[in-house]
Amino acid sequence: MISRRDFLQLAMSTTAIYGASSFGNWGKLSAQQLITQDKLLEFETFGNVSLIHITDIHAQMKPIYFREPEINTGVGANRGKVPHITGADFRRFYGIKDKSPSAYALTFDDFSSLASTYGRVGGLDRVSTIINSIRSDRPDALLLDGGDTWHGSYTCHQTQGQDMVNVMNALKPDAMTFHWEFTLGSDRVNEIVGKLPFAALGQNIFDSEWDEPAELFPPYKFFERGGVKIAIIGQAFPYMPIANPGWMFPEYSFGIRDENMQSMVDEVRAAGAELVVCLSHNGFDVDKQMAGRVDGIDVILSGHTHDALPEPILIDKTIIVASGSNGKFVSRVDLDVKNGQMMGFRHKLIPVFADVIAPDPYISNLIEKQRAPYASQLSEVIGKTADDQTLYRRGNFNGTWDDLICDALLNEREADIALSPGVRWGPSILPGQEITREDIWNVTSMSYPQAYRTQMTGEFLHIVLEDVADNLFNPDPYYQQGGDMVRVGGLGYRIDISKPQGQRISDMTLLKTGATIDPIKSYWVAGWASVNEGTEGPEIWDVVENYIRKQKTISLSPNNSVEVIGT
Amino acid sequence: MHISRRNLILTASSALAIGSICGSQANASLVDEHTSAFTGGAELGTGVIELDAPEIAENGNTVPISVSAPGAVSIMLLAAGNPVPAVATFNFGPLSAARSGSTRIRLAKSQDVIAVAKMEDGTFQTAQATVKVTIGGCGG
Repeated sequence: MISRRDFLQLAMSTTAIYGASSFGNWGKLSAQQLITQDKLLEFETFGNVSLIHITDIHAQMKPIYFREPEINTGVGANRGKVPHITGADFRRFYGIKDKSPSAYALTFDDFSSLASTYGRVGGLDRVSTIINSIRSDRPDALLLDGGDTWHGSYTCHQTQGQDMVNVMNALKPDAMTFHWEFTLGSDRVNEIVGKLPFAALGQNIFDSEWDEPAELFPPYKFFERGGVKIAIIGQAFPYMPIANPGWMFPEYSFGIRDENMQSMVDEVRAAGAELVVCLSHNGFDVDKQMAGRVDGIDVILSGHTHDALPEPILIDKTIIVASGSNGKFVSRVDLDVKNGQMMGFRHKLIPVFADVIAPDPYISNLIEKQRAPYASQLSEVIGKTADDQTLYRRGNFNGTWDDLICDALLNEREADIALSPGVRWGPSILPGQEITREDIWNVTSMSYPQAYRTQMTGEFLHIVLEDVADNLFNPDPYYQQGGDMVRVGGLGYRIDISKPQGQRISDMTLLKTGATIDPIKSYWVAGWASVNEGTEGPEIWDVVENYIRKQKTISLSPNNSVEVIGT
Repeated sequence: MHISRRNLILTASSALAIGSICGSQANASLVDEHTSAFTGGAELGTGVIELDAPEIAENGNTVPISVSAPGAVSIMLLAAGNPVPAVATFNFGPLSAARSGSTRIRLAKSQDVIAVAKMEDGTFQTAQATVKVTIGGCGG
């Protein structure tokens, strides 16, 4: 990646590509502490093509709170580079004023106090208003969904994704790619995709038996917009059968397959594409590496790692746009394409401030229709947070939601040690807020929720931690899976992220006795979201609900059990 | 590189694969032994062989590997971290249209897969790819 300063200089000094981000404007608005719908949507229409990108919604149809990460460590060439800067460093890098709306939207500090000022974010009815506004500027704007859409809530689980399909279809996307959708199981995915009124793309979705492109998922689709022939190439999450249970979709194989990506780019260029856009669920660092290896992609719309960046980054001649998660942001990218070449772009990351952007009543009504059959289940209050307790998840290591889930596992499953997956989805809860059943499902909903209880030796626990750590901290992005470190309860350890696999994890300690973990001794371990077929146990949301009900008010002690070095 | 089913069948019928994957401890010296037996100690060039392997194996028990080297008369595949590193040797006659082969191999753990090719002019080429075998879990 090149620094922002270099990027701006480059933008001014080259005729082939020049760019303008509306972020400077947004920053100024923030400084004035003034946000209105008009200001948020203000955009001087540019060039001849508009792209609208939304990704990683995780079935969040309603406005939520979402705290951005405090720890997001980059390794190898990405150490200290965007998106691996957080908090004050992030604000300094982009010129964001402390406590401004941008600071609230993009960084973690003062989260609960800024949340009480600026309110909730997201909501697909607000997203619809933004899309409608862009379409009134540019009626043929392309709406592109980066995936992780049909997963992550109570209603999404109960309807097997149908609630999200119904609402998203009403927003009229032009194309989509995939990740968690496949955890609905291949039969259900095939059923939905077979009837989808827009393109379901993935150049890296293959038939696992024959290692040939899967028929249901074309690699790309052509669109004619503003007199420009555009190819949208899909890139699904490369490591689905590894990060998620492969036995749920055994007919499919994935992988990065950048040679095939190059072939597809060459194929669409040969067929006359003047603009090549990759709708990607690779994750940001993988997209950066792919942009450096594959020639001829103009724009990568990046998803999976949930990064929200106020400006695109430029790799060679490819711009990479990252649009956040959970319905919190929509990106608008206007492009000027002439003679088969991208001549310039204008970009804006639009934060969906739910109290500022008016909901589209048609979509609000549609959302309520999906929720109505489950209203009493959703709204039941299970407990509340203490007046100084925020619940959040995002970050490389345990968030407070994870600590609560691990406490629930340790107590309800009577275990020495708890393991909870390092996923990046799940909204936050403010201090003194009621916790409803819907809130619990927002951080636990999945199709493999069994909370197992099993014995593991100290040696095996070490292997598990080393394995997951390498999926996060391998210096080569192509060997990363894009999640965060497995969350632990009852266990302390030290991690040196600069070391190779097998040497990162040390000083493993059983917290309840203070004893060092013995490699040959067995420990009772409770966890959930196992990728293994046949995992048994109660569903995690019931485990967490039972625990919160007993606690009534949630107040967690600070978790200092993981020591991180080598950053 | 993508190999279609048709190509796969063609290459399979034009190449002779010799493989065995089981046994005891693998080590670097075994890889060196196989390589020097194949090359007679000749110097190894790079840049000709295209070795296609997944970065992270979806299933370590059956990892698809494709190798292609225009102008090769023989390509040897080694799995450096397996107890027995020798995977396969593809031999090509002068009429072979494509000097490429595909197979699926079992990888005991994360390791390098190495290809060594003997070229028509008697020189040797090599390429390698790291394949990670992981227990998985926890996607974003």
